[in-house]
Amino acid sequence: MKKTAEKRTAEMKKTVKADPGTLRRVLAYIRPYRFFVIASIVLSGISVALTLYVPILLGRAIDHIVMPGKVDFDVIFPLLLRIGIIVAATALVQWVAGIINNRITFEVVRDVRNEAFRHLQKLPLRFLDMRPVGDITSAVIADVDQFADGLLMGFTQLFTGAATIAGTLIFMLRIRPAAAAVVVVLTPLSFVVARYIATHTYRYFREQSAARAAQTAYIDEMLGGLKAVKAFGREKRSIGEFDAMNEELRKCSLSAIFFSSLTNPCTRFVNNVVYASVALAGALLCIATAGSAAPFTVGSLSALLSYANQYTKPFNEISGVVTELQNALACASRVFSLLDEPAEIPEDTDAEDPRAVRGAVTLKDVYFSYVPERPLIEDLDLSVRPGQRIAIVGPTGCGKTTLINLLMRFYDVDRGSICVEGIDIRHMRRHALRDCYGMVLQDTWLASGTILENLKMGNPDATYEEAVAAAKQAHAHSFIRRLPQGYDTVIGEDGGSLSQGQKQLLCIARIMLCHPPMLILDEATSSIDTRTEIRIQQAFDTLMEGRTTFIVAHRLSTIREADVILVMRDGHVIEQGDHETLLAKGGFYASLYNSQFAV
Amino acid sequence: MHAEGHVKKLLIYLRDYRKESFLGPLFKLLEASFELIVPLVVAAIIDKGIAFSDRGYIVRMSLVLVLLGLVGLACSVTAQYFAARASTGFVSRVRHELFSHIQFFRYETLDEIGISTLITRMTSDMNQVQTGLNLALRLLLRSPFVVFGAMIMAFTIDTRAALHFAAVIPLLSAVVFGIMLVNIPLYKKVQGLLDRVLGSTRENLTGVRVLRAFGREPDEIASFMERNNALTDMQKHVGRISALMNPVTYVIINLAILMLIRTGALRVEAGILTQGAVVALYNYMSQILVELIKLANLIINITKSISCGNRIQSVLEIPAPDGAESGAANADAGVPSPHDADTAVQDGTAKAADSPDGMEAPCLVSFEHAGIRYPGAGEESLSDVTLHIRRGETVGVIGGTGSGKSTLVNLIPRFYDVTEGRVLVEGKDVRSMDVSELRKKIGIVPQKAQLFSGTIRDNLRWGREDASDEEILEAAECAQALDVIKAKGGLDGRIEQAGRNLSGGQKQRLTIARALVRRPEILILDDSSSALDFATDAALRSALRSLPFRPTVFIVSQRTSSIRHADQIIVLDDGRCVGCGTHDELLAGCGVYREIFDSQFRKEDRGA
Repeated sequence: MKKTAEKRTAEMKKTVKADPGTLRRVLAYIRPYRFFVIASIVLSGISVALTLYVPILLGRAIDHIVMPGKVDFDVIFPLLLRIGIIVAATALVQWVAGIINNRITFEVVRDVRNEAFRHLQKLPLRFLDMRPVGDITSAVIADVDQFADGLLMGFTQLFTGAATIAGTLIFMLRIRPAAAAVVVVLTPLSFVVARYIATHTYRYFREQSAARAAQTAYIDEMLGGLKAVKAFGREKRSIGEFDAMNEELRKCSLSAIFFSSLTNPCTRFVNNVVYASVALAGALLCIATAGSAAPFTVGSLSALLSYANQYTKPFNEISGVVTELQNALACASRVFSLLDEPAEIPEDTDAEDPRAVRGAVTLKDVYFSYVPERPLIEDLDLSVRPGQRIAIVGPTGCGKTTLINLLMRFYDVDRGSICVEGIDIRHMRRHALRDCYGMVLQDTWLASGTILENLKMGNPDATYEEAVAAAKQAHAHSFIRRLPQGYDTVIGEDGGSLSQGQKQLLCIARIMLCHPPMLILDEATSSIDTRTEIRIQQAFDTLMEGRTTFIVAHRLSTIREADVILVMRDGHVIEQGDHETLLAKGGFYASLYNSQFAV
Repeated sequence: MHAEGHVKKLLIYLRDYRKESFLGPLFKLLEASFELIVPLVVAAIIDKGIAFSDRGYIVRMSLVLVLLGLVGLACSVTAQYFAARASTGFVSRVRHELFSHIQFFRYETLDEIGISTLITRMTSDMNQVQTGLNLALRLLLRSPFVVFGAMIMAFTIDTRAALHFAAVIPLLSAVVFGIMLVNIPLYKKVQGLLDRVLGSTRENLTGVRVLRAFGREPDEIASFMERNNALTDMQKHVGRISALMNPVTYVIINLAILMLIRTGALRVEAGILTQGAVVALYNYMSQILVELIKLANLIINITKSISCGNRIQSVLEIPAPDGAESGAANADAGVPSPHDADTAVQDGTAKAADSPDGMEAPCLVSFEHAGIRYPGAGEESLSDVTLHIRRGETVGVIGGTGSGKSTLVNLIPRFYDVTEGRVLVEGKDVRSMDVSELRKKIGIVPQKAQLFSGTIRDNLRWGREDASDEEILEAAECAQALDVIKAKGGLDGRIEQAGRNLSGGQKQRLTIARALVRRPEILILDDSSSALDFATDAALRSALRSLPFRPTVFIVSQRTSSIRHADQIIVLDDGRCVGCGTHDELLAGCGVYREIFDSQFRKEDRGA
């Protein structure tokens, strides 16, 4: 995940431009909060205006403190009181604006996340199978988070920054256009400097990302395989390789950090030059206009100097905000592209629920492929009577799970149809169809939560006693009982510390609790030892009685007892029939059988 | 921040960068000092330049301002350089230390901490520490320096007026740090809630098939929204508190300025202060606020880094007793030790070649009442196992899931240590042996076949660095892996990260070859032919029997067919040894074995 994140930041820097459509969509999410947005803008404006007004009043106060005998307390004290009131008002306005900004940001982000998650539930597996989990998670979590940061910064700093620049300019021009001109002319310099440094340090950042990505990949692999490293006594060797990468990364980081950290001192220097120029111009003006009708006073100079400081700051901030906002939009566009993925075909409004499912399944002229260029299942016909056992056999990677994908309607057939009890499964509600099957996959998956919660996943209304009974049937009871908190033991994501065999037992128990009319089993016993397996097999036999079962089988006994064997190779069903027929045929099944099971 | 002690220990790795860590902040302080002079210069411009209409003086003073800026720039750039050098060097050093340290972790420790945690420590935590240290070196001293510097400068101007500074600084600090202290734990809560939202999303994706099969989508949405709302509420709560920072400090600083001007007015009237001095005081007051806010943000960042540093340090503090030289490796990192891996491997093979049939010890491997209880586990995973295995024997280990088969063989290379009894190799307790010496004798094929990115040759040479191509191919032939090598384009064929471009069976055969390249005295196959078909498995077993160097072989399996010809079969049930003998003896005398055999014999024999 880390690696993709690194890669992505690198890409992002290249294509920071987000298309205007993204902005429009972001605005659409903000729309429900438009009154808050308006309030935020108005309050920011007020707060900036008041903030800028204070130095002028202070300058005026200073003008009345000239020298002994020339201090006008009658003017100063009321002025100070006025400033105090304005300051209090400003603070209040700032605070309210801050709260409003927070609220807009976090609620918009919440809405985006909720919608993204809702959409995920409807995305076809065709899409989800192709995307690494980490990518999607990072879109929903990290990208949305980044988006939130950008949005908040945008609200808090973009408005105020822009308003400050505009306001300062107006106030400065009102004080003395000539002095203001100095500021206006010189400030863009800091912009130019910052830009120059940014473009020239980009290369170092890219090198740093590359070095970091390489090291992360190495860490990932070496720590992931650490037990093997240790078994072969390769510790020192891998430390040596690591150190070489580490040194490379150190050099790259040094350049990246050093050169990028030049921005601040350099822009600060430009600001200092501006400050000095204002001091020079202002002071000379003071002398030139002394005694004239509109003198440029020391108070005005002091106000102007404080403006010169304030005027340059938002420029630096805004350039930061703009990158942050572009970044935020780029992140948003990744979330949006997830939302744009077409959802599963909606269910028919007049969808029928199959009633009294006895387990009749028909596949008629089924065609299917994951990618159009590589046809997989072609013209498959299969008619399953209630209670029959269908074994799917073939070498690894021959597409046995594809059939499961089609039966469960995780994928839709390209042509032809699959019917359960005579109803086309595309004409059923998905839930109704999936309720017909109990499924145990090779990849055991358990939710984080207690054992009991996991057992009850398919049947939340089941009682504790029923769950225990199911666990006993699946031979899971004895190990569950030995866990620290028994059935209430919390297991981590994906089973945590349970062994593969234990996880499979739980998955089986989970199905035992559901009593589905049909079963789909994907070599559920692969990592369970043969003794346990025999017991499970017995439990399964009871479970399978009278139930249509599709089973991806590797074990001979399962295969032999099947009513129909589907022999698959390279995605195609090449033979179909029962054990004796297929053996007699002397085809692929016969040769597979001989190579696998003859000792 | 109670765990600061941890980080302090981490800081010893800064010792190579003592100069940089000192010069960085120093130059930063120099820069700050120049910044503090600015208001004085402006005051001079007002009091001398403007008051006496001295244009030349004004121009000179303006040039002084530019000069101060320029010197400040030079100091600052120097400071940044030293800070960058120290922080990148330090983190690079810590990364090395941690990576080396992890290499010597015991299996128990790895199981307990988890690989993904270690990866996070090695990557993102390190980055955060680097950022934090860099910021700390640059800014941590600067801000307090400017704050107190401004106060001292104010005192040099006028003691009475400067008293305002003395009052305002503690007040502002209280507000800024108070808000921060309230917020830091809240930010942690936000992070925790965000992790929960992340967990929901991940789990929903990894379990998508099961969740959809059970029609759980509505429940998933409900639980996600509940977590998401909790997160949003907490974020808003934290936001409301942080939103106080700016307005409150703004009010305080401006009220202080008002007081300052009031006092200033009185002092000017009394002839003690000049107008320029009042402006200078006002400027100093403004500087304080900016610096305090910077400091607060900095401290938030540094706190994050400190907690990352603590996490790193706590991993470093986990003892890694595996291999006595782990401490040495840390101390003189990079210096090739006499026990360097390459020479070590050569030694091992030399010994193996010298005494292929060495009979110096009657028993090559012995277990004496050996038992182990994993940390945190309630019961022993293996208890009271006593076994004696002679050199050259083939030993089968069979039993149900969780019966302790893997545990038993993992005790021999000392991947785990016994908690009861002892395990002997060549008559010596493995705990008294040098781990690397011990492991050189052993070739292990783990349950989970792990390969690494690189060529096939690179991977197989893990067994022995100097193995020739012929030797590698011989090993591969025995492991039935020649066709895998051919399929991947010879010994130079690429293996992708973690062997992603190979099937399970291909990986297994290559890992077996890798162990054989070593020509080990003890070969351990830990259920490592599970992905092989029966024919290949049988061919592998017969090839193993005819190996010229006659290793002692441990075969862990669930299939009786894989072990029935072993000299000795050990039957485990629930961590106990319930039978030990040949196939025929066990069939006659061991109920568990017979049950296992029957369950498979029925299937296999009927098939045959």
